Amino acid sequence: MIRLTGAYRDYTMGTQTVHALNGVDLEVAQGEYLAITGPSGSGKSTLLHIIGLLDRLSQGGYELDGQDVTHLTDDKLARVRRETIGFVFQFFHLVPRLSAAANVELPLTLAGMVVAERRERVSAALESFSLADRADHRPDQLSGGQRQRVAIARAMVTKPAILLADEPTGNLDRNAGSEVVHILEELNRDGLTLLMVTHDPELSARARRQIRVIDGAIAKDHRGGPR
Amino acid sequence: MRNQDLIAFAGGAIFGHRLRSALTALGIAVGITAVVLLTSIGEGIHRFVLAEFTQFGTNLIAVVPGKTETMGISAATISNVRPLSLNDAAALGRLPGVIAAVPVVQGNAPVESRGRSRRSMVLGVGPEMPAVWSMGVAAGRFLPPDDPRAPRAYAVLGKTLYTELFGDRSALGQRIRVGGDRYRVVGVMAPKGRFLGFDLDDAVYLPTAKALALFNRESLMEIDLLYREDASVDALLKQVRQRLVDRHGFEDFTIVTQQQMLDILGSVLDVLTFAVGALGGVSLFVGGVGILTIMTIAVRERTAEIGLLRAIGARHSQILALFLLEALLLAVLGGLTGVGLALGITGLLKLLAPALPVYPSPGYALLALLLAMVVGLISGVLPARRAAALQPLEALRAE
Repeated sequence: MIRLTGAYRDYTMGTQTVHALNGVDLEVAQGEYLAITGPSGSGKSTLLHIIGLLDRLSQGGYELDGQDVTHLTDDKLARVRRETIGFVFQFFHLVPRLSAAANVELPLTLAGMVVAERRERVSAALESFSLADRADHRPDQLSGGQRQRVAIARAMVTKPAILLADEPTGNLDRNAGSEVVHILEELNRDGLTLLMVTHDPELSARARRQIRVIDGAIAKDHRGGPR
Repeated sequence: MRNQDLIAFAGGAIFGHRLRSALTALGIAVGITAVVLLTSIGEGIHRFVLAEFTQFGTNLIAVVPGKTETMGISAATISNVRPLSLNDAAALGRLPGVIAAVPVVQGNAPVESRGRSRRSMVLGVGPEMPAVWSMGVAAGRFLPPDDPRAPRAYAVLGKTLYTELFGDRSALGQRIRVGGDRYRVVGVMAPKGRFLGFDLDDAVYLPTAKALALFNRESLMEIDLLYREDASVDALLKQVRQRLVDRHGFEDFTIVTQQQMLDILGSVLDVLTFAVGALGGVSLFVGGVGILTIMTIAVRERTAEIGLLRAIGARHSQILALFLLEALLLAVLGGLTGVGLALGITGLLKLLAPALPVYPSPGYALLALLLAMVVGLISGVLPARRAAALQPLEALRAE
């Protein structure tokens, strides 16, 4: 599914070059549940962004679903993101002036899908994340947990194969956080490949596979069931 | 992305900031109002002036003595000028295509009747003057077609002069004195108004030969020709020139057609309209800068949103289109408001000050609207390009 080989990502900050990724080899199979941990500045977010095609490698190769995506043009990357990858962010990233339904609809709108099919998919997505009665609420009228559920619905409405979550519970209280995690895990049980960046050891321990990134390299790759 | 979705999204962004969008659109509205209003006034003046000049008809040719296409005229050349005579006028009147020729001489003299006296303009004209200058006779008749060299002593009064001399009594058949000579009034002209400072109503119309004698002149000031609508002006001009050159030996006169005058006048007035329109354009430009400013702010404010859109699969071109459309919609909103405002103001002006020459033309209004759209697009280009050039990751981080 995901195969990174000899992956480097360098940033220039002033005169210094920072190696955010420093030779990463990583393979993730379909349906895996992977937690990425590490101290701040270790490159765990960069790794997620690279996998999510939001960022490009400085060196190395990236194969997604059997397709070499290392050197695709920006617009082709946008298309791959739209079709195979869903994102969930720590700060939800909902469009504030749009209703929950319109936010969920956004990826389909961008894809130019016909209205009838869009409506159908959106109401199904809202239904499955228990948001049907919140469809017309704007984000500022929703609780944090509801907002993140809208974001998950938006990520899932395109039926992606991979869901990338960057600290999905980082901005939520304990209850809402665990609710969100349960939703994500349930999606994973239905076959979704789930990659989650977190600094919360309790959360990462739930994943079947844990990767620890230190100084841009994978320091530990642990496979174990949820305890 | 489908067009209606693009419009809905851009429109949603505009309505998300109601006050700010309204103020931005207002900038364009003021600009468009200024452009439409000023061009309406320009167009009104244009029409007013042309109407002033065409009130004597359009199929006119004027022949005046002296060759004035060269710049310097010395005393020597003036003495070489052979004046235009009544015979010249008669000869031109016989040309095919010419309906009538009016020999004109103008001056002023005291006009008296029964102890009342008034100094008025005296116009020596031929009997066909009413047809050539599109003037009407209100009472009686105009000067009869006598022998132009020995006409009878008849006079026709302008409206103002008639009122001054006779009040509301009939003037027909009454005797008057013009510059000491006796005339019998045969008619009163319908009011015509002023033209270039001449009050054509405060005038007495005499046969040309009589007026020449009154002013002690040999030569006419002008010969006005009325030609048939279907006549070829160029051919006619050639004939007029040839006929006069034959009679005078060389070209010592100038021919001006009404059409030439109107063309020159029209082009001058077009420049005027354009110039006042450009003045309005300055405020439209300011409105455009307003859109540029607001769109730049909007892109900065919504950087995270742009990043999100890019992350969930929006292409560069879609981001570009969204922000361009937003600028365009703002401009169209302002443009429509401006056109409405301008039409309202011109309507009000017509009601309150009907004398003011204001003429809103739909063409200019449409052009102004197009202009607003162009301004919107141009103002939107820079911010939209900046938005489209954002890398998704950097954009997402901006919060």
